Amino acid sequence: MTQGYTFPEDQVISDLVFEATGDTPAELFQAAGLALFEVMADTGRVHPRIRKEIRLKHAQIDQLLYDWLSELIYLKDAAGLLFKEFSVQLTQDNDWSLVATVRGEPIDPKRHGLRADAKAVTYHQFEVVQTETGSWKARVVVDI
Amino acid sequence: MQVNKITDYVWEIPPSEKEGMLVPARIYATEKLMKEMDAGVIEQITNVACLPGIQKYALCMPDGHWGYGFPIGGVAAFSLQDGVISPGGIGFDINCGMRLIRTDLTLADVQPRLKDLLNVLFNKVPAGVGAKGLVKIERKEMAEVMTRGVNWCIKKGYGWAQDRDRIEGGGCLPGGDPSKVSSQAVERGIGQLGTLGSGNHYLEIQVASNENIYDEKLARAVGIFGRDQIVIMVHCGSRGFGHQIATDYLRVFDSAMKKYGITVRDRQLGCAPFRSPEGQDYYSAMACAANMAFANRQVITHRIREAFSQVFNEDAERLGLETIYDVAHNVAKVETYEINGKPTELLVHRKGSTRSFGPGRTEVPTLYRDWGQPVIVGGSMETGSYLCVGTQKAETETFGSTMHGAGRTMSRAAAKRMIRGTDLQRRMEENGILVKAVSMSGLAEEAGSAYKDISEVVDTMDTVGVSKKVVRLKPIGNIKG
Repeated sequence: MTQGYTFPEDQVISDLVFEATGDTPAELFQAAGLALFEVMADTGRVHPRIRKEIRLKHAQIDQLLYDWLSELIYLKDAAGLLFKEFSVQLTQDNDWSLVATVRGEPIDPKRHGLRADAKAVTYHQFEVVQTETGSWKARVVVDI
Repeated sequence: MQVNKITDYVWEIPPSEKEGMLVPARIYATEKLMKEMDAGVIEQITNVACLPGIQKYALCMPDGHWGYGFPIGGVAAFSLQDGVISPGGIGFDINCGMRLIRTDLTLADVQPRLKDLLNVLFNKVPAGVGAKGLVKIERKEMAEVMTRGVNWCIKKGYGWAQDRDRIEGGGCLPGGDPSKVSSQAVERGIGQLGTLGSGNHYLEIQVASNENIYDEKLARAVGIFGRDQIVIMVHCGSRGFGHQIATDYLRVFDSAMKKYGITVRDRQLGCAPFRSPEGQDYYSAMACAANMAFANRQVITHRIREAFSQVFNEDAERLGLETIYDVAHNVAKVETYEINGKPTELLVHRKGSTRSFGPGRTEVPTLYRDWGQPVIVGGSMETGSYLCVGTQKAETETFGSTMHGAGRTMSRAAAKRMIRGTDLQRRMEENGILVKAVSMSGLAEEAGSAYKDISEVVDTMDTVGVSKKVVRLKPIGNIKG
């Protein structure tokens, strides 16, 4: 399994669900970040010219993913940015620590092929699991 | 799961069907709507029936469909003493709701200028991902929006004094406390006053024709005279501000549940006792978001008046652009109902459900108190919407609640695969509905075929006697995010 994401069709009705995968937790978080912005825009049309750093900490990895995606949604509205590149470093001591650099640019309705706005990440069917082969998988329902 | 037919329109799942159910779950639907109802509704409404302090029934309206936590269309009332408050029973878009504005214009006046009108509205009411509003405010003023709602708008000239009397709760939910709101929520919402958002949110120009009026007396009472009269419907909520408040408090409740020994069947049903510090903090923050949403729809109303005034070169007052009513369909409110023969205050959660109070109830504005509270039911942009009024039966049967819209039947992902936004836009234009959308894929997700038959939904509650049809409204122009 490598880093990636899919949008399964019929698991939710009024919201959107994505499943993200990665060989490592960091890859999983990167894939989930990109999937989130693919919900909102054509990220292929976003230029990575503005850089933001994000630092987060949590004891549980699933809650850290919730916080990571919520932080990205916050930046989308508060800073008016869409991101396309996600470089994530994850370490586990007692807590999981995330240090990430994300790159994107201000939202431009004329250029970015805007789609549906992500209101929030829900806990509905939310899960982060390590598979038998050691890779990582998450299911995320995004409120639209 | 065993579902018992109580009447032709009411279905019940008894508490014996799921461990932990404290009350039965009831779904309002015709046989056809019940057959089409997705399995997620039954799973979710029976989960709601397990929440501490729930009274009488966990209810789902006929537009119900699979949501997160509560189903969309879910209604539940909780004891203030030993019941809970749950963001999953309100939704991320706190006080998402509908506003309906009348005009003295007719289709003949508007049709020749419809394209111009939509272009002006599209510029004045920003929509779509990341859209910023044209109202710039400082943090201090944002705090006033949070506590005073529409009163702030009227003070600043974004509304008429009479608007306040035609909004649920006067456009201000008491109890808002800005100190319970995170700075992240303020940063997300401060630039968004007067914006539509995306998803199923819209601004629509509609027509009220004589043949679509079901009750002429009631229609006249709310300012609808028919004869192809133009009205405007707005569907939106508290934008990123409310979404962030819900996100913040879901985290809080995730931990609080352990503290209070509450377990739930779906993590999205995270909750806390209403009387606990966490429950009270969330209620205060939720009220701030509800007030921001009332203010948002008020600023949009102001922009609509400007747009009509500009296009028709006439004052909005002279064009008769009066608010008919404004309803919240994602909110929790303290309301009084008779329980065991005694008037009792309960916390009623409505998630995709509209309050439907009947004549005489003091919460209904004086203007409408003899008739019942207007209920605005937004349909899909292809199939039309309804204006109804509430009834006294709603107060005894559904905690004063009825449907809020048509209700989805098709997932967004499936709709996008099956329908192209540009094809839909062309088809709608052929059918006399002009659409301006920020996102073509977003437009495809909102096709009429992705929704239930709104007439069957509205007729269900009309037949049951919980809300009464006044007029069906046909769309001719739509703005979407």
